[in-house]
Amino acid sequence: MRPEIAAKLEQLPPDEQVLLRPLVHTTSRFYIAAGILGAIVLWGITAYVLQWRYGLGRTGLNRPEYWGIYIIDFVFFIGISHAGTLISAILRVSKAEWRRSITRSAEFITVLVLGFGAINPIIDLGRPDRLLNVFFHPHLRSPLLWDIMSICLYFTASTIYLYIPMIPDLAIVRDAGIKAPWFYRLLAAGYQDTPTQRARLERVIGVLAILVIPIAVSVHTIIGWIFAMTLRPMWHSTIFGPYFVMGAIYSGIAAILIAMVILRRAYGLGQYFKPVHFDYMGRLLLLFSLLWFYFTFAEYLTAFYGKEPAEMRTFWAKVAGPFAVPFWLMVICCFVIPLALMVRRSMRTPRGTLIAGIAVVIGMWLERFNIVVPTSVNPRWELESLGHYLPSWVELSILAGTFAGFVLLYMVATKFFPIVSIWEIKEGREESVRQVSERVGGYLPEPVAPSGGGH
Amino acid sequence: MTRWGMVIDLDRCTGCGACEVACKSENNIATVAPDQADMGRAFAWMRVMTEVTGDFPNTTMRFMPRPCMHCDNPPCVQVCPVGATYINPEGIVGQIYPRCIGCRYCANACPYTVKYFNWFVPKWPASERAHLNPDVSLRPKGVIEKCTFCDHRLQRAREDARAEGRDLREEDYQPACAEVCPTGAIVFGDLENPRHRVQALKGDARAMRLMESLGTEPKVYYLVPRA
Repeated sequence: MRPEIAAKLEQLPPDEQVLLRPLVHTTSRFYIAAGILGAIVLWGITAYVLQWRYGLGRTGLNRPEYWGIYIIDFVFFIGISHAGTLISAILRVSKAEWRRSITRSAEFITVLVLGFGAINPIIDLGRPDRLLNVFFHPHLRSPLLWDIMSICLYFTASTIYLYIPMIPDLAIVRDAGIKAPWFYRLLAAGYQDTPTQRARLERVIGVLAILVIPIAVSVHTIIGWIFAMTLRPMWHSTIFGPYFVMGAIYSGIAAILIAMVILRRAYGLGQYFKPVHFDYMGRLLLLFSLLWFYFTFAEYLTAFYGKEPAEMRTFWAKVAGPFAVPFWLMVICCFVIPLALMVRRSMRTPRGTLIAGIAVVIGMWLERFNIVVPTSVNPRWELESLGHYLPSWVELSILAGTFAGFVLLYMVATKFFPIVSIWEIKEGREESVRQVSERVGGYLPEPVAPSGGGH
Repeated sequence: MTRWGMVIDLDRCTGCGACEVACKSENNIATVAPDQADMGRAFAWMRVMTEVTGDFPNTTMRFMPRPCMHCDNPPCVQVCPVGATYINPEGIVGQIYPRCIGCRYCANACPYTVKYFNWFVPKWPASERAHLNPDVSLRPKGVIEKCTFCDHRLQRAREDARAEGRDLREEDYQPACAEVCPTGAIVFGDLENPRHRVQALKGDARAMRLMESLGTEPKVYYLVPRA
């Protein structure tokens, strides 16, 4: 950090000093991590170039295993993207005051991970060069087309929903003059924090927060429908829409928790991500582990009870067949570990939620694996030989590349944008404390004067 | 209204595989290396499926030639995002290779698993390369392909009939598999035309279709074995 910038930083109020520091100060550990991640991304790109050149034969896919890692990742990443927008919107709409320091980091996850989700089905295409045919020759009865539309809408809405609440912070960076003035002048769009501007901003945020909720719900519902609209055993199920939405929020919460722990450690944000945040987010995780169990149990019991032969082949392949390991590992990661940890207050700490969060992220990836692969290798019409699937190194490299790409992009974003909302913290200090006590006062019955004429 | 369909008498099928071979040479089906075939990447628009029942030495082997079912309600057509899989007014389900984006959604939606994907650029041995059928387009890598009831033969038959100023007869249009079947197990024609054998055969007491309960309305009928 150059001395004149350090001097400028020191003149700022304490919140801004802490939260703007990552924008101007970068440790060597950051560069090392970014270098490693960048190398993994390059490796993944190399693998994709090979696949582009020689065809999807470079993957482990075959007939009947037409979909594999790429589609699993697609569902997984879009699921993670429900972190931000949905959680932050729900917390905003429900006036949960503890949200103030976590919404921004969650919204960034949404916008950045969505791109990696959307790129996966394109990587999966046999003819990526003909991608635009979905616009030239759209066939509106295809759930894949519904999906393209809802993801585009979601990406637009969540980007706006990230940007609008960030404008006051961008103005703060602009006024502090600590980094690339032209960039923040452009992005802050002349915001001066006048009372009119502030009132308009809050109105827009209020409308957006409500709008993005149905959009987010539609996105993962439709992804569930891509599977459910086919006649495949254990895909053709009405529970898939809501099951996918619930799972998406679940993995999203886990992803926020992991990001919070890392940000807290890397940028010394202990004052912003406090024990109470981990406690509350841990409770949410607990709630969703129970919901996850409920949905999964309902889905498997329905398939099992009906005993339809085609369904049972897939069912047994998962529960006690070739996919028993991923299946039971999923149950442990999505239910046993998070439940056992999060039910105890002493574990709803950064460390405890980190372990539970990592387990859930792994478990939710496995859940998508268990949805895509066992049904694929057990087609309704039995083939001469059993289906099988072993991902190739090309698929695994692209998998690693997309994961690394997302983390790298997120790291870079924290270098350009305050990852905790400065103005919302300030607003919380200045106004919300009073507003909340007034609000709570409003919930209570008016003090009644003792009346003389009672019975 | 013409509805092209097929009736396969399983009592007559000897499992010789002539239909499979005829289909491969008629439709320019690529040759796949043995290791790739083991991975499940071989093509067989028409496939003679076998089933062995009973314990040795009292075993029975049953055969079932399996083309595309050309459903009246094709699930593959429903899900294609770009309309590359279509059903034509005469009921033939086809694939537009230059439009297909290779998402393989149709392949997943098909309950009969009859859609094949080009994992690589298709290849043929030099000896075959010289004799490819000029009436059937070669597929590029990355697209889906499937049985078409040899509809290129229909175009030619129609032109011939028109030139000769007569109606299309059953024997004018036969797919390669039906034409070559030595026991006449595969009968092909217009399911709605009383002059075509399939019209009566589909009403035979032995006639059934695969997974009728799914409501896909296949136009391939099987006559189940008598014993």
